[in-house]
Amino acid sequence: MSSQAVAAEKSAAEELLRVEGLSREFPLTSGLLEQLRFEGGKLVRRQESVRAVNGVDLQVRRGEALCVVGESGCGKSTLARVVMGLIRPTAGSVRFEGTRIDNLSAEKLLPFRRKMQMIFQNPYASLNPRMTVKQTLEEPVRFHSPGIGRAALGDKVNDVMRSVGVDPGWNERFPHEFSGGQRQRISIARALMTDPEFIVADEPISALDVSIQAQVLNLLMEAQEQRGLTYLFITHDLSVVEHFGTRVAVMYLGALCELAITGQLFSRPRHPYTQALLSAIPRLDQERPSHMKLMGEVPTPINLPSGCFFHPRCVHAQDRCRHELPKLFDSGDGTLVACHAVQEGRLD
Amino acid sequence: MALLEVKNLEVKFPLRQGELTALRDVSFSLDRGERLGIVGESGAGKSVAAFAILNLVSRPGYISGGKILFEGRDLAGLSRSELRTIRGNRINMIFQDPMMTLNPVLTIGTQMIECLRAHRRITPAAARQLAIEKLRAVSIPSPEARIDQYPHELSGGMRQRVVIAIALLTDPSVIIADEPTTALDVTIQAEIMELLLELCEHNNVALILITHDLGVVSQVTQRAIVMYAGRIVEEGATRRIIDSARHPYTQGLINALPERTRPGQRLNQIPGVMPSLMDIPQGCAFHPRCQLRIDACQQQLPAYSGSEHARVACLRVDEQERAQ
Amino acid sequence: MRYWRLFRKSAFLYRFRKDKVAVASFSVLMLLVVMSFSAPLIAPYDPYDPVQIDIMDSDIPPSWQAEGDTRFALGTDAQGRDMWSTMLYGTRLSITIGLFAVLLQSLLGIALGLVAGYFGGRIDSFLMRLADIQLSFSTLMVAIVVLAVFQASFGTELYNELALFMLILVIGIAEWPQYARTVRASVLAEKRKEYVDAVRVIGLNRRRIMFRHILPNTLSPILVISTVQVANAIMSEAALSFLGLGMPVNQPSLGSLINSGFEFILSGSWWITTFPALLLVVLVLVINLLGDWMRDVLNPKLYKE
Repeated sequence: MSSQAVAAEKSAAEELLRVEGLSREFPLTSGLLEQLRFEGGKLVRRQESVRAVNGVDLQVRRGEALCVVGESGCGKSTLARVVMGLIRPTAGSVRFEGTRIDNLSAEKLLPFRRKMQMIFQNPYASLNPRMTVKQTLEEPVRFHSPGIGRAALGDKVNDVMRSVGVDPGWNERFPHEFSGGQRQRISIARALMTDPEFIVADEPISALDVSIQAQVLNLLMEAQEQRGLTYLFITHDLSVVEHFGTRVAVMYLGALCELAITGQLFSRPRHPYTQALLSAIPRLDQERPSHMKLMGEVPTPINLPSGCFFHPRCVHAQDRCRHELPKLFDSGDGTLVACHAVQEGRLD
Repeated sequence: MALLEVKNLEVKFPLRQGELTALRDVSFSLDRGERLGIVGESGAGKSVAAFAILNLVSRPGYISGGKILFEGRDLAGLSRSELRTIRGNRINMIFQDPMMTLNPVLTIGTQMIECLRAHRRITPAAARQLAIEKLRAVSIPSPEARIDQYPHELSGGMRQRVVIAIALLTDPSVIIADEPTTALDVTIQAEIMELLLELCEHNNVALILITHDLGVVSQVTQRAIVMYAGRIVEEGATRRIIDSARHPYTQGLINALPERTRPGQRLNQIPGVMPSLMDIPQGCAFHPRCQLRIDACQQQLPAYSGSEHARVACLRVDEQERAQ
Repeated sequence: MRYWRLFRKSAFLYRFRKDKVAVASFSVLMLLVVMSFSAPLIAPYDPYDPVQIDIMDSDIPPSWQAEGDTRFALGTDAQGRDMWSTMLYGTRLSITIGLFAVLLQSLLGIALGLVAGYFGGRIDSFLMRLADIQLSFSTLMVAIVVLAVFQASFGTELYNELALFMLILVIGIAEWPQYARTVRASVLAEKRKEYVDAVRVIGLNRRRIMFRHILPNTLSPILVISTVQVANAIMSEAALSFLGLGMPVNQPSLGSLINSGFEFILSGSWWITTFPALLLVVLVLVINLLGDWMRDVLNPKLYKE
């Protein structure tokens, strides 16, 4: 049994975060004037919106790294931001250790803020350019434990900086004096300052060079082992997922297609979209591009297709797929799939 | 005779802290219909090299040495109008961002026709016909309708297809593609890469593919060049480089990929970062990060060993290979 | 010390040293500021002291002319004040009004722009429409109406006493939309950056995010418009004084000096208007040149107008 499977089994009992029926729409038209339209000779009011996340159910188990994969515009970053309380959901709930947190006031949310932290994609935008590394790292601790002494705080900054591999002697420097990889380390350090249990990482290595990606990924794995962290890891890079994730959730147009233990997903993808996605990864051992061709293009999340969101591009689509939205179901070995074809046994 | 030959190319950027050498002693050649990959991380100089071929180094940078021979003629010695008969005609470029090529206020048809008529004596009607044909060649559905659309009406993948169609318009002998799929999603990237590969093979066009993605290089190119801190560190047949890289940097780069490690294990990272071009270390530029370094690496710039198309710049390469 | 070290090796300083126009403008501006603010020390006469003014010395041309007097290098005005001294004091007044008016503008504009940009929605719409309305009246028009009404209702005497504060107030309030718009634009840009999300994840309250994190990052465009606005304020003051709505005759600013000499320009006393006018042009020009240079260096995109 692989180490991932062991980890998955061990953590199956304890659930840290639960997302239920989560949806988020962004209105496109803001003013009343923009909403008015002439249709069929009549003046009608119509509100258009981007449906970024559509009814996502998800549990994150303590100690695991749950990876959320999908292409741009699939709502994975919005999901991360809703979980972190940066955006409120239009429907559904987010529970952390059993407490519902998506509707809490800023004040009541504070104890959870300490336990949940976030790492961002762009190392050039995620650090305040006018604050030194020290100021950036001290701020969260000062805010959450105002009583902390100067010496203790200084020690803590030095410890965390050392643990992410940045020389503590550089704490008086500003972000622009660091390379992208080092900035991402500082960004990770900031997230670790409050000793969180749960970290949402939104594409933390996509903006980095290949050799630096490996360094940062190793750092994240080290931090997970040493501190017992739980990750919700958002990425588009499947080869990273295969390496890093305990379980994987595949998203398409704001909905989950498939949720499985990493090894199972890669050895036996069920959902046609997952299959296409996996076949598109350029591998070192391939001498020619080989991938499953999909029909058409990704529709915009403004005009979502009826039924299964994936049906216009799916070769297995039938009438039912065009009308009925598939629900996640357990396909036998714990893998959750949302596909009529799989459920009906039309597709392996 | 090679189609394109770059000899000892050197590019410099005068900056306030002094002069920065972005490319040092870069030589390579490209045959008709051959596909060459230039691999490196950001700042390695791979894009500068591509731009330098077309004499398009962004200011204040300039080509301070070396030769670029296209069909035996030195591009540096050509007048502007002579250069124009080659650039955009015989050698075309595809950028990472399709909007570098496409003008947002003109329909794609207008742009394609304009581009054709700049290089050929052709009637607008015939040019339009040819443009539609090329759009069909890049698998754009209903090209007769699409040709009158504006770039913003197309998706990112479609735009990159249009850019490829434009690059193919003048039947060039070389296409330089600078990270052509980096901004695209994985599934779209796979489609575009396959398309580019098929078109190059079909029309016998040589391709220079600049990328950081070793997987893509492996799928598309026949020969690859690895760059580090403005210099070529290794050149060889793509398969050979991927299966048995000789330079420690290339080895590190390949071994750092997640697919080279068992899931859940630590990745084989290369320590440190690539030096800024401002302060490239003495001797071999890679030595501070190299696990095989010896004292000589700190003083001596390693010369290339091996043949023209299979060379490596490392002092330790012979010892290493004898040991194996 | 940290900031000084950064400043010393910054691109800002380097580009300043490389730009001859910027260096020259800065030197001239500094010279004018130092000279005018040390006017009580270096001016040969005190134009505010009636004892030192002799009506018999009026209308003396500059000393290099035939009828000139060596006591008055640049001649005297119609009341017998030494032009050179009066101009020094006048420049001091003009610069003071300019600086304080801009201080007021920026306080108002930054606060409102920050609120509009950060909170968005209705507050934003309301404040920006207010700014639009205010901008549709020219500064001078508002100032003329306010000052004229004040003068008419409270009498010239009180007006003369309060002229300095009134000018600062009127010019300061009339131009806040410039700041508010610039600040709002850069707040909108900064607000979207991930470092703001990062501090929201920490749980900081809005005030702290606004002032500690967003505001410092909008300073470059503020600096740029501030320089240009000082020049504008000085010009506005000069224009108002020229129209007789600015500083009173016994406390002349550059504008009122130009105005007071204007009636004599045809009777041959050209120097009373010409010298202050030249000084005003030089002062406004160097500030604007510096502002332009700063805009190019700091933020080529954010500043409009």
